[in-house]
Amino acid sequence: MNAKVSLENMSVHFGGNHAVKSVNLDFPANSVTAIIGPSGCGKSTLLRSINRMHDLVPTARVSGRITLDGKDIYGAGVDPVSIRRTIGMVFQKPNPFPAMSIHDNVVAGYKLNNTLKRSEADEIVESSLRRVALWDEVKDRLKSSAMDLSGGQQQRLCIARTIAVQPEVILMDEPCSALDPIATLKIEELVEELKEQYTVIIVTHNMQQAARVSDSTAFMYMGEMVESGPTKKIFTNPEMKQTEDYITGRFG
Amino acid sequence: MKSLTFRHLTNGVVTLLMVLATLAVLTPLGLIFLHILKMGLSSISLDFFTQIPKPTGESGGGMANGLFGSGLLILMASIIGLPVGVLGAVYLTEFGSGKLATAIRFSADVLAGVPSIITGMVAYSLIVVPMKGFSALAGAVALSLIMIPIVLRTTEEQLKMVPGTLREASLALGVPLWRTSLKVMLVSAAKGVVTGILLSIARVAGETAPLLFTALGNQFWSKKLTEPIAALPLQIFNFAIAPYEDWHKLAWAGALVLVCIMFALNLGARMMGKTQRLN
Amino acid sequence: MQQQDLILGNKTMTSEQTHAETVAAPGRAGDRIFRRLTAFFALSILAILLLMIWQMTRESLPSITAFGGKFLTGSEWDAVQEEFGALPFLFGSVISSVLAILLATPLSVATALLITEIVPHRLGSAIASLVELLAAIPSVIYGLWGVLVMAPWLQRSVQPWLVDHFGFLPFFEGAPYGVSMMAGVLILAVMIVPIITAISREVLLAVPRSQREAAVALGATRWEAIRIAVLPYGKSGILGAVILGLGRAIGETMAVTMVIGNTPQISWSLLSPAYTMPSVIANEFAETTAKIHTAALMEIGLILLAVTLLINILARLLIWSVTKGQKQGAA
Repeated sequence: MNAKVSLENMSVHFGGNHAVKSVNLDFPANSVTAIIGPSGCGKSTLLRSINRMHDLVPTARVSGRITLDGKDIYGAGVDPVSIRRTIGMVFQKPNPFPAMSIHDNVVAGYKLNNTLKRSEADEIVESSLRRVALWDEVKDRLKSSAMDLSGGQQQRLCIARTIAVQPEVILMDEPCSALDPIATLKIEELVEELKEQYTVIIVTHNMQQAARVSDSTAFMYMGEMVESGPTKKIFTNPEMKQTEDYITGRFG
Repeated sequence: MKSLTFRHLTNGVVTLLMVLATLAVLTPLGLIFLHILKMGLSSISLDFFTQIPKPTGESGGGMANGLFGSGLLILMASIIGLPVGVLGAVYLTEFGSGKLATAIRFSADVLAGVPSIITGMVAYSLIVVPMKGFSALAGAVALSLIMIPIVLRTTEEQLKMVPGTLREASLALGVPLWRTSLKVMLVSAAKGVVTGILLSIARVAGETAPLLFTALGNQFWSKKLTEPIAALPLQIFNFAIAPYEDWHKLAWAGALVLVCIMFALNLGARMMGKTQRLN
Repeated sequence: MQQQDLILGNKTMTSEQTHAETVAAPGRAGDRIFRRLTAFFALSILAILLLMIWQMTRESLPSITAFGGKFLTGSEWDAVQEEFGALPFLFGSVISSVLAILLATPLSVATALLITEIVPHRLGSAIASLVELLAAIPSVIYGLWGVLVMAPWLQRSVQPWLVDHFGFLPFFEGAPYGVSMMAGVLILAVMIVPIITAISREVLLAVPRSQREAAVALGATRWEAIRIAVLPYGKSGILGAVILGLGRAIGETMAVTMVIGNTPQISWSLLSPAYTMPSVIANEFAETTAKIHTAALMEIGLILLAVTLLINILARLLIWSVTKGQKQGAA
C-alpha cells in the first residue's frame, strides 16, 4: 500500500513539554486510519500537526518530517494555507459559522479559493450536502442559519464544508464526542463512505468506534506511538502489553 | 481560481494597515503623555503644593487649595456613594437572580453612560437651588452620582469571584446569611471591593463638568461645605483657557499631578485585582 | 414576594433552598433586615435614574412651554432678548460626534484586531493595558493638550495647507482659527478610540477559538479567518462598542468646550468654530440670570440625557446579546 501521508521521526514540543515523541507512521491512501489512546496521550496534537494547525500556537514546535505524497509539508517554501486546502479538518465540537446560512457555510471555504457564480455555488452546495446525507434534511431551508440545525446535523454540515474545498485528506478530531448515539452512527456511516474518495485519519477515545470505522489503527500512550497495524490485528492480537491493557479496558 | 499569491498579498496589506492604524492610535496618546511630562516637569515646584493661585498677571502660585478641595470633594462623595454602591452590589450578589436585579444592573450600566455634565445639572437643581448657592456639598453629590454605578458594578464583579463553597461552609455552620454575607463575603472579597473603590475614585478625581455649577471653584481657601470650593480639574480648566502664559504653566503642572494621581489609583487597583485573583 | 412568604412558613431547610428563602426563615430577623437594607441601596440606582429624568424634565418645563418645537428648529440663541433656539448646538453635537466616530471606528477596530489576532499575546496585552490606561486620562487634560498644543498646530500647519489646496471645497473655506469643528472632531476621536478599542477587544477575545480554527482549517489566511469567522461573530458586539463610543462623544464636555470655538453657528466648514450641547451648558449654566435661560439650558440637558439614554440602552442590549449568544454559539 502506498502511503498518502507519512510521519518520520516526528515530534511536537510545546515550550518545554514534549507532547509527541518521535513518531513514525504511514497513513495509506483511500483508507481510514484511527488513532486511539487515553486522553492527553498526544493523539490530537499529532493530528493537528498534519495540517499545520500548530502554526497558530507560538510556543509549538514540530520537528521530524511529515510528508504528503512524498513532499515535506514543513519544507522551505511550503505554504501552510495550500496544505490546509489539501488536508481538511473536522473538529471535536461542530463549529459552523453562526452568522452564515447553511448554504454560505458550505461554500465558505470554497469561496476563499474561487470566484464563483450563483449556479456553480448551488451545485457545490447540493453535491456536498448530498455527500454527507444532509441534503434531504435541509434542502428547503438553505437560507436559514446553521445554528438552527441539531448537533449531529451541524457536524455533517462541517464535513460538507470541508469536502467542498475538495481536499485529498480529511482529519477528524473526535468528531462524535459531542454527539448523541444516533448522530454518531450517521457520522460513522459517512466516514466509511468518505474513504472511497479521501484518505481519512480519525482520532477517537472510543475504541468501539475505532474498531467499527477504521482499516488500520494506531495506539498512542504518553506521547509515544506504541503500536500500529491493521485494525483487526490491533484489537484481536496486539503485540504490545500496553495496547492489550488499553483495549481490554485495564487502564485509560 | 483566486491566486494564492494575491491572497497572501491581501493578507499582508491588511496586516500593514492594522499596524498603521495602531500607530495612528498610539501616536497622539503618546504625544499627550510626553507634553504633560515635559511641560509639567518644567512648571512644577514646591509652591504648587503649598500656595494658592496668585491674582492675574502675577507669576508663581500653586494649586494647594485645589488639591485640598478635590480631596475633600472625593471624601464626601465617597461617604455618600460608597455605602450605596457596595451594599447594592451585595444585594445583587446575594439575591440578584430576578428581573428586578437585571433591571438594576441595566440601570447601573446605563447610568454610567449618562454625560457627567447632566449629573452636575441634577445636583444643581437638587442642592444648589434649594440652598440658594453653589457649595462643596453640591459638588460632592454630583460626584457621588457618578461613583455609585461604577462602584456597584465593579464590586459585584469582584464579589462574584468569591467561591460559592466559602459561603455554603459558613451557612452550614449556622451563621445567619447577613453575617455570612458581610463577614465572609466582603472580607474575602475585601481586596476586590477596594479595587472597585479605587477605580471609581480614579474616575471621579478628574471629573470637571459636574463641578462647574455645583462646587463652582474658588480662588481662595475654603473649608466650609456650604461654600464654593476649589478643585484641581476646575483649576486646570480655568487656567488652560485663560490667556496668560503663567497660568498655562500652572495648568500643565496641575495636569501632571492629576495624571500621576490617576495612574497611581489605576495601578493600585490593578495590583489589588491581581493579588485578589491569585488568592 | 407572596410566594416566598408561603414557602417560608413551616418547612425545614433543604439543600435546594435558595438564599432568598433562607433569608426569610423564621427567627432570622437579622437576615430580613439585611435583605431589605441592601435592596434599598440597590433600588436607589433605579431611583437615581428616575430622579434624573424627573428633575431634568421638570426644570425644562418653562422652556418647553415657552418655545415648543421652535426650540429645536430655531437658530437664534440670545440671552438678552430671551430668544432660544438650540439648532446650532444640535448641529454641532451631531456633526462632531458622527465625524469623530467615522474617524475613530476603523482605527479602533483595526487596533483591536491587531492586538487580539495578529501580534503575540503578551505584546497584545501590553498594548491593551496602555490603551486602557489612556482611557482613564480625564477629559480636561485632553482639552488642555487640545487647546495649547493641537489647536495652535492646526492653525499653523494643517489648516493653512488645507485652505491652500482644498479651499475651493465648502468644508475647508474660511480663515484658519485653530479652535474649530476640526479640532473638536480630532480631540473627540482621540478620546473615544481607547473606549471602542477596549470593548472591541473584549468582544474579539470572546470569539471562540473553534471559529478561528474552522476558518484556518479551510485554508483561510489570517485576514480571511478574521473576515469570514471573527468579524461576523463579533459584529453586534463591535457595533455596541461603536454606539457606546458615540454616546461618549455626544456627552463629552470639557475637551470639546476647550477646542471647538464656542460659536453658535451652522457652518459646513470644518475650519469654522462651532458649539455643542454640553459646551453651551458648561459655558453658560453657572452665569444665567433669567429663569428662562436656565430652563432653556435644562432643556438642552434633557435632550442630551434622552439621546444618551437611548444610545446607551441600545449599546448595552447589543453587547449583552453577544455575551449571551456566545454561550450558546460556543456549544
